Amino acid sequence: MAAETADVLRPKRPPPWNDPKVRGIVYQVLFVGIVVALGWFLVQNTLTNLQRQNIASGFGFLHREAAFSIGEALIPYSPADTYFRAFLVGLTNTLYVAALGIVFATILGTVMGLARLSSNWLIRKLAQVYVETFRNIPLLLQLFFWWGLLRGSAPAPRQAWQPLPDVFVSNRGVVFPVPEASPAYAWMFLAFALGAVASWAIWQWARARQARTGRQFPSGWVGLGLIVGLPLLVFLGFGAPLKMDVPELRGFNFSGGTAFSPEFAALLLGLVVYSGSFIAEIVRAGILAVSWGQSEAAMALGLSNGQRMRLVVLPQALRVIVPPMTSQYLGITKNSSLAVAIGYPDLVSIANTTMNQTGQAIEGISMIMAVYLAISLLISLFMNLYNRAVALVER
Amino acid sequence: MRTFGLRGFAIALTIAVGTTAPALAGPTLDKIKQAGAVTCGVPTGVPGFAQPDNQGKYAGFDVDICRAFSAAIFGNPDKVKYVPLTAQQRFTALQSGEVDVLSNNTTWTLQRDTQLGFNFGPVVFYDGQGFLVPKKLGVKTGKDLNGATICVQPGTTTELNLADYFRGNKMDFKPVVIEKIDEVYAAFFSGRCDVMTGDSSALAAQRVGRAPNPDDYVVLPERISKEPLAPVVRHGDEEWHDIVDWVVYAMMEAEEKGITQKNVDEMAKSDAPDIKRMLGTTPGMGKALNLDEKWAYNAIKLVGNYGEIFDKHLGLGSPLKLERGYNNLWTKGGLIYAMPIR
Repeated sequence: MAAETADVLRPKRPPPWNDPKVRGIVYQVLFVGIVVALGWFLVQNTLTNLQRQNIASGFGFLHREAAFSIGEALIPYSPADTYFRAFLVGLTNTLYVAALGIVFATILGTVMGLARLSSNWLIRKLAQVYVETFRNIPLLLQLFFWWGLLRGSAPAPRQAWQPLPDVFVSNRGVVFPVPEASPAYAWMFLAFALGAVASWAIWQWARARQARTGRQFPSGWVGLGLIVGLPLLVFLGFGAPLKMDVPELRGFNFSGGTAFSPEFAALLLGLVVYSGSFIAEIVRAGILAVSWGQSEAAMALGLSNGQRMRLVVLPQALRVIVPPMTSQYLGITKNSSLAVAIGYPDLVSIANTTMNQTGQAIEGISMIMAVYLAISLLISLFMNLYNRAVALVER
Repeated sequence: MRTFGLRGFAIALTIAVGTTAPALAGPTLDKIKQAGAVTCGVPTGVPGFAQPDNQGKYAGFDVDICRAFSAAIFGNPDKVKYVPLTAQQRFTALQSGEVDVLSNNTTWTLQRDTQLGFNFGPVVFYDGQGFLVPKKLGVKTGKDLNGATICVQPGTTTELNLADYFRGNKMDFKPVVIEKIDEVYAAFFSGRCDVMTGDSSALAAQRVGRAPNPDDYVVLPERISKEPLAPVVRHGDEEWHDIVDWVVYAMMEAEEKGITQKNVDEMAKSDAPDIKRMLGTTPGMGKALNLDEKWAYNAIKLVGNYGEIFDKHLGLGSPLKLERGYNNLWTKGGLIYAMPIR
């Protein structure tokens, strides 16, 4: 009986032209078709034009000698290398400045975000001035400002400032000593990785034990000991090889040591200060999003201030903070392409030069786009994974 | 984020690809006549060659070449649309049809002539790459520059010659590569680099035009490359290429024959058959170029002969005070040699 009534009540299938499902499929097929046709037309059009004007195309140029030199390179490079190698130099330079930018902007932004919530009037206001100033000035202008400042106010190499022994600041950049290469460093890195893995395991075990028995274990101190202590032991085991490569003024410039050029410093500073102001607001918003009742409850349970922040407030704040933070990290990476304006040899700058020497703009632009897309997708993948880890677990 | 996968990228890519190369409409001369102006790619600011004056009007040697094209086509030197282009932008602008001709201090090289899809007009300026250094550095030749930091513009033959020169001499240098002329010279004059390199004529021009105190700087006498600068057009429109060639030759020929802006009217009445042919008193040459018979007359009358524009913008009549040197007529020991107009 009940089944029959249900059959009668169920609406009849409408004719296909009125069926929302069928319509939806038709519209989607049409849309994709138009997009594909448009794309095909554009590609064909371009290829015909290139052919008619006898402009070379294809990626064969990547294997030819680049013949231009690059000011800063993290991997060995000389003008005798290929365009592909030059492109890799640009890529590593971009990744380098973006990675450092993300780390420092996060630190600066978090500190400033917390400062904006400080109970101290002066700290709160200073943080506010910082945020409102740097958030509201275009990044390109800030870059020109920092670059002009570093370039114009620092002395020539022969009159370089020496704030620390063997550290020189001049308009050629900041030069500082680095330890000379030694096999010990590879082993120290291995020890560091080992320490990190071990402390993670201990932390997991301590959590499980606390959940089971309620007894606590000082996993933080033990972890710190492992992470710092193990590499230190290796270092001492190798007889503390601390021979430094010290910069020296020779001819026009310093040789030896490692240098940050004014262009690199200006770009990093600009990115960190600019993005830091946005991150400060994100952090502040995240913390304010956790209701005060949570803190009161934590205090009522007798948790210390640190525990309250670490165990109650931050885990909830992170849920609000992580998604907009992803956008900021993507922004830092993409904004690093403004390096072109101040002469830091990033990916875009080198690709531009390559395009100009070879005339193959389309190939160059597609390589730039593919690389930025890949980097951005990777960043958002990791941030999404992290977001899933801190997201609210619904039971 | 997650839905923006490979497909989204492919679409974005094809769109960008499509817009960089719009279809070209017909031969260039028709397009110019239809638009009522020659679109001319000029440098963004090189004193003497192309720079806006205090009324915002472009003036200079490169600019007068453009004005001569306009005079030959329209009988009016001011039907020019100037597009200021950096060294990096200029080739794409010409390839894509945004400009009809580059008068942009462009060095004639094999790769540009072939792979970039260009043709070069006659060389209008024989230059060579040099070094601009502060006098207090005490440098005498390029060989003293091992380890120097050198400011250079990207996308130029300069950048490549520089690398070649230091490789050839087994020396090191640190390039500081900045696209905008203003920024790269600001960097040099603020002491960011020890040396500025470029075409020596441009260095001389910038030394006068931008240095806080020009006497503190010197252009080293050494030339490390040949830089024949010529106007550039696209492959595939021979008619337009011919016009660019012969307008420039006519200006050079005029200097050789002593035809100047002032005396061109009297010269047109002269009895010399070659002068009558060139100035259109005897018709034929204009028709061969698909131009008015007064093409050369107009270019000379309204803009001047080669020597006149050189003196006005670069030579002794200008703040740059460059010697004619290689850019003198072949009859006076230089390299300027016009093909016969007959």
